[in-house]
Amino acid sequence: MSTVQEVQFREPAARAAQAAETLRPVAPSPTEDLRDIQGEKMVLNMGPSHPSTHGVLRIVLEMDGEIITKASPDIGYLHRGDEKIAENMTYTQFIPYTDRLDYLAPLANNVAYALAVEKLMGIDKQLPPRCQYIRVICCELARISAHLLGIGCFAMDVGALTVFLHTFTEREKIYNLCESLTGARFTTSYTRIGGLSRDLPSGWVAQCRKFCDEAAVAVDEVDKLLTRNRIWVDRTKNVGTIPRDVAIDFGLTGPNLRGSGFEYDLRKAHPYLIYDQLQFDVPAGSVGDCYDRYLVRMEEIRQSIRILRQCLDRIPGGADNKNGEPINIPDGKTVLPPKERVMTSMEELIHQFILVTQGVNAPPGEIYFGAENPKGELGFYIHSKGGGTPNRLKIRAPSFVNLSILSWLLPGHMMSDTVAILGSIDFVMGECDR
Amino acid sequence: MSAIDSARKLKDQFGDLISEPAEFRAEITVQIGDAERIAEVCAFAKKDLGFDYLVDLSSVDNYGDDPRWTLVYEMYGYGHHGHLRLKTGVSEEKSELPTVTSVWKTADWHEREIYDMMGIRFRGHPDLRRILMWEGYPYFPLRKDFPLAGKPSELPEVAFSRPAPLEGGPFVTAPGGKDAIAREPRVRTPEG
Repeated sequence: MSTVQEVQFREPAARAAQAAETLRPVAPSPTEDLRDIQGEKMVLNMGPSHPSTHGVLRIVLEMDGEIITKASPDIGYLHRGDEKIAENMTYTQFIPYTDRLDYLAPLANNVAYALAVEKLMGIDKQLPPRCQYIRVICCELARISAHLLGIGCFAMDVGALTVFLHTFTEREKIYNLCESLTGARFTTSYTRIGGLSRDLPSGWVAQCRKFCDEAAVAVDEVDKLLTRNRIWVDRTKNVGTIPRDVAIDFGLTGPNLRGSGFEYDLRKAHPYLIYDQLQFDVPAGSVGDCYDRYLVRMEEIRQSIRILRQCLDRIPGGADNKNGEPINIPDGKTVLPPKERVMTSMEELIHQFILVTQGVNAPPGEIYFGAENPKGELGFYIHSKGGGTPNRLKIRAPSFVNLSILSWLLPGHMMSDTVAILGSIDFVMGECDR
Repeated sequence: MSAIDSARKLKDQFGDLISEPAEFRAEITVQIGDAERIAEVCAFAKKDLGFDYLVDLSSVDNYGDDPRWTLVYEMYGYGHHGHLRLKTGVSEEKSELPTVTSVWKTADWHEREIYDMMGIRFRGHPDLRRILMWEGYPYFPLRKDFPLAGKPSELPEVAFSRPAPLEGGPFVTAPGGKDAIAREPRVRTPEG
């Protein structure tokens, strides 16, 4: 057990400790009972149900006064055995379960999972362009939604409630877009292996454009409320600093890695879908503190809006798809045939039957596919023995990996900094526990 | 340096320990013959081949085959943007191999998860406890011989013993195999 003297103080705890040192009264030595209390450790359970833990995360903190000397995160409260479930159903049947990983960005999970299975089947390069554009639009909408929530809750946890109201107004619009696109606001299950469940509804592109314009204004408003706000800067700057090499060692990804000054984005480094044809910048922080992670997320929202606008302008088939651009791979053994054909044509009937009862026919082999999701790299490792069900499906959840740094990061900080650090790491327990 | 070059360099360094690189969907996989030397190989891969990021660590249960466990290490090098997969087998009797937490800190939680889900132990791990299930849970739920329904335990209300909502239901399909009758979901029982 380390004592508070052995823990390396971090800003602003270091400043507080220094101030306390200078203010320490020289006069009478503490009485007997007081001496007992000094240096005594206290164990504090934060969570599993604490407003700033965003779900069910429990952190056992060992405190010396206000300073954390040891932190051990305790996860698993939301464990549902998704990987076990995946081994017992077809690839297509697992799509709704991916909604419930990072449930703040279900569309992005759907896309990542579909791409992983398509990579296993070797059909990821055959996706029709319209499908790829729509998938990118989905991913970026999900990113905006997740970052808006991340920043809103982060700000609310450290006391700036107004920001939360601004960002949730915009998220509501994204949910409306999701609803008209997929039929569900939350559990979208939008993608299919080899395509999408449906095309864009009419008027959706115009609606989405309107959203882009409004979201850009809202981001600027949040920017004005926070970026130069004295209280916000004091609560976040030089708090929870993660140096670049530590971030890499702990396997951090996404905005948390980029906040530490490492410009790595899977959309740039290993472009999937049509990301290589789009213009966008990858923001990176300089110090790796909570403030940098906040700035990175803000800029990513702006870049996502930029990507959205490009996609909406260039999408093949345009808004209404008058010339019938396909959104699915033209392969009856992978994608369900149109329902009206099933009842009239023998071949489609057989395809429908086989796909529903046995699933797609994936070859034996193993693949790993990682996608740049709002929280970081969401990866799927699929080990297949052939047929419609995976033999093993491992989900590499970014929140799981990002949280593992807490026991390194929290000691030396003050209790109140924990809230800022948790907010800036922006995790989702649904994905962490799986 | 591409992944295949890295695999060749590994082979040059360790000789017969490393298998010929296999390629599938543009990903390179190499097998390591002896799981006891995994930490050594990983340390070399990180230090000399620049694989500074352990993307993922997972395990596969080859129930009925020997060795029963396959450990899968996905490595990535930020410097050269190469991805390499290392695989190694561990027998059921042994169920133990050295940890790589000293190579990549991120392996800590991944290894705890594998221990929790499949019961493979990592020698030298600083804190090998269950991570997703609770302390004292008696089984390793991701093993193939653990039924989807769960198993009865000495703590009846804690580790539940009733059939899970999915078990035996119309949407449960057996993995592998192409025989439609064997794969017919409704005939499955919790034991099968």
